Amino acid sequence: MISFPIIRIVTKLLIPYILLFGLYVQFHGDFGPGGGFQAGVIIASAIVLYSMVFGLPAAHKVAPPWVIEKLVAAGLLLYAGTGFASMFLPRPNQDVAVNGNFLEYAALRHNFLPGILPTDQHLGIFLVELGVGITVTAVMIIIFYAFAGRRRVA
Amino acid sequence: MIDVFSQLPILLVAIPLFAAPICVLLGGRWLTYLLSLTVCGTTFAIAVGLLQQVGKFGTIHYEIGNWKPPYGIEYVVDPLSGFVMMFVSALAAVVLLYGKPSIDAEIPRSKHYLFYACYLLCMTGLLGMCITGDLFNVFVFLEINSLASYALISLGRTRRAPLAALQYLILGTIGATFFLIGIGLLYQMTGTLNMSDIAGRLDTETGPRTLLVAFGFMTVGLFVKMAVFPLHSWLPNSYCYAPSVVTAFVAATATKVSVYAFIRLVFGIFKPDFAFEQMPLGALLIGLSIVGIFVASIAAIFQDDVKRLLAYSSVAQIGYMLLGIGMATTQTLTAGIVHMFNHALIKGGLFMVVGCFVLRLGSSRLSDWRGAAKTMPWTSLAWAIGGLGLIGVPMTAGFVSKWLLLTGAFQAEQPLVAGVMLMSSLLAVVYVWRVVETLYFSEQLSPAVEKSKEAPVWMLVPMYLVILAVVVFGVWTPFSVGLAAEAAESLLPTDWDSAVTNMDAGGAP
Repeated sequence: MISFPIIRIVTKLLIPYILLFGLYVQFHGDFGPGGGFQAGVIIASAIVLYSMVFGLPAAHKVAPPWVIEKLVAAGLLLYAGTGFASMFLPRPNQDVAVNGNFLEYAALRHNFLPGILPTDQHLGIFLVELGVGITVTAVMIIIFYAFAGRRRVA
Repeated sequence: MIDVFSQLPILLVAIPLFAAPICVLLGGRWLTYLLSLTVCGTTFAIAVGLLQQVGKFGTIHYEIGNWKPPYGIEYVVDPLSGFVMMFVSALAAVVLLYGKPSIDAEIPRSKHYLFYACYLLCMTGLLGMCITGDLFNVFVFLEINSLASYALISLGRTRRAPLAALQYLILGTIGATFFLIGIGLLYQMTGTLNMSDIAGRLDTETGPRTLLVAFGFMTVGLFVKMAVFPLHSWLPNSYCYAPSVVTAFVAATATKVSVYAFIRLVFGIFKPDFAFEQMPLGALLIGLSIVGIFVASIAAIFQDDVKRLLAYSSVAQIGYMLLGIGMATTQTLTAGIVHMFNHALIKGGLFMVVGCFVLRLGSSRLSDWRGAAKTMPWTSLAWAIGGLGLIGVPMTAGFVSKWLLLTGAFQAEQPLVAGVMLMSSLLAVVYVWRVVETLYFSEQLSPAVEKSKEAPVWMLVPMYLVILAVVVFGVWTPFSVGLAAEAAESLLPTDWDSAVTNMDAGGAP
């Protein structure tokens, strides 16, 4: 068996930077181009690259299929949960206390560590995009697993 | 605490959407079943509550994220959408209540939690399509519902199920893409996606040709999703190979919600003046429906598989709804809307009956059902009652809508349509009778029947709930016809059919 040392080593060098770039696109998406969809695909591409070079069993050890399946759901849950959270929190700048509507990010305002943690609209977008990012990552990986794990039926 | 009443419109969609991923996280079979059943029941309660609020206070508007329309997405509940959401959520709940033994028998155990997640997503999509007042949001929910139903259909027992799902996926995606192209063109012309805002800005009198293109694309796109006659080829295979529970739910609701979206498009956005006077939509719909009713009914007569028989019958029944829309008087539109409701009950009920037979006999082929009335009398009786509803015999729900449509056709001076309708009902008699004859009057029992016993009570009770509803709404019409008439009047301009004076639709049967 040929082991392709160059490909293996270059892949090992590249993967951390791919992941880092994915995280940058994810979290800088609030200020510039980027966001959950793009970041999700970039992060998933790291896993796809890993499994193409080191084989599917190795990738399954890093990202077990059952965990990935739960992550698909977790991302959606985070998105919808953000929507529900704003329904339980008061709408700011109101004379009478009224709770926010579904996905009303303004209701997420808080005074905890101002300037460091995002708040208000920013926090809402941050959480929602994180949810999108998790789901897209997981879905891309699971699609790849489904195709790569397919065996020829006799 | 949150003011639940003001949040009801979003809860209707958000609760099942939230519960679907929870099903995936939980896993297992009983827990997810109970969760989805609770969610379906809650959703139904919310839909009933909304319908009641609409009756008391008029149309409800809800702004998502407190963004004012037309900038934000607005949810609108009016008599029409409230009515459709009520029966969609009702059937979703009843079918799930009925379906546990059938699901256990037909779907691999390891996939149950995914099945429930898809079921909830499918319902979310259908309800979302009804409630949203934003045109792009309609597309999004159409896709949520379609993707979930592709997955549900592919869970069928035979290897043909994934193929049928793929066929539906290809055609459904083409339909959805056409719809999206239409939305894009409308957005380009008006710069807004809010339906009432588009309706206000659209210059249908002197507007550019783009208007016609947009209208054409959206109509054809929805025709595919409604399974209107020449574009129905995905439907028989999908309904035939999908698990019985899925067929019962999807057949009862999905095409009706597409009809609902079409009604919104024609009467809410483009306005009947444009659709029926500048464009020949009336003639197109009437022509396609008549041909479709005949071709599909005749095809149904020659089917050996009962699921496929009912699927072709569905294509024919969509024709009746479109006839009601195509003749476009207040009464025929009422008839079309009532038929959405009645047919949802009838077809949902009949597919539930088929599910019981499939559970006990292991097949939906008519030749395996010979003499099943001896061992499964209650299930067979349910078929007979539901079948009468499908034909449109008096005292059943099917009669109410067909009678309204028939008298409406005479008032609209379309006696030809009326004659065709009567003849097509005879075709329905033939295919319903074929099954009844096999069940009750076969000399020889089929081998599967000899070993069979009556379906479990937990399936029979919800099934009879639907079947009895077919009878109840055939006798007690103020609720269904009254709501539909209210919806039809709100859709048409006030002086639209001044010729039609007799609007006492409620007392018809």
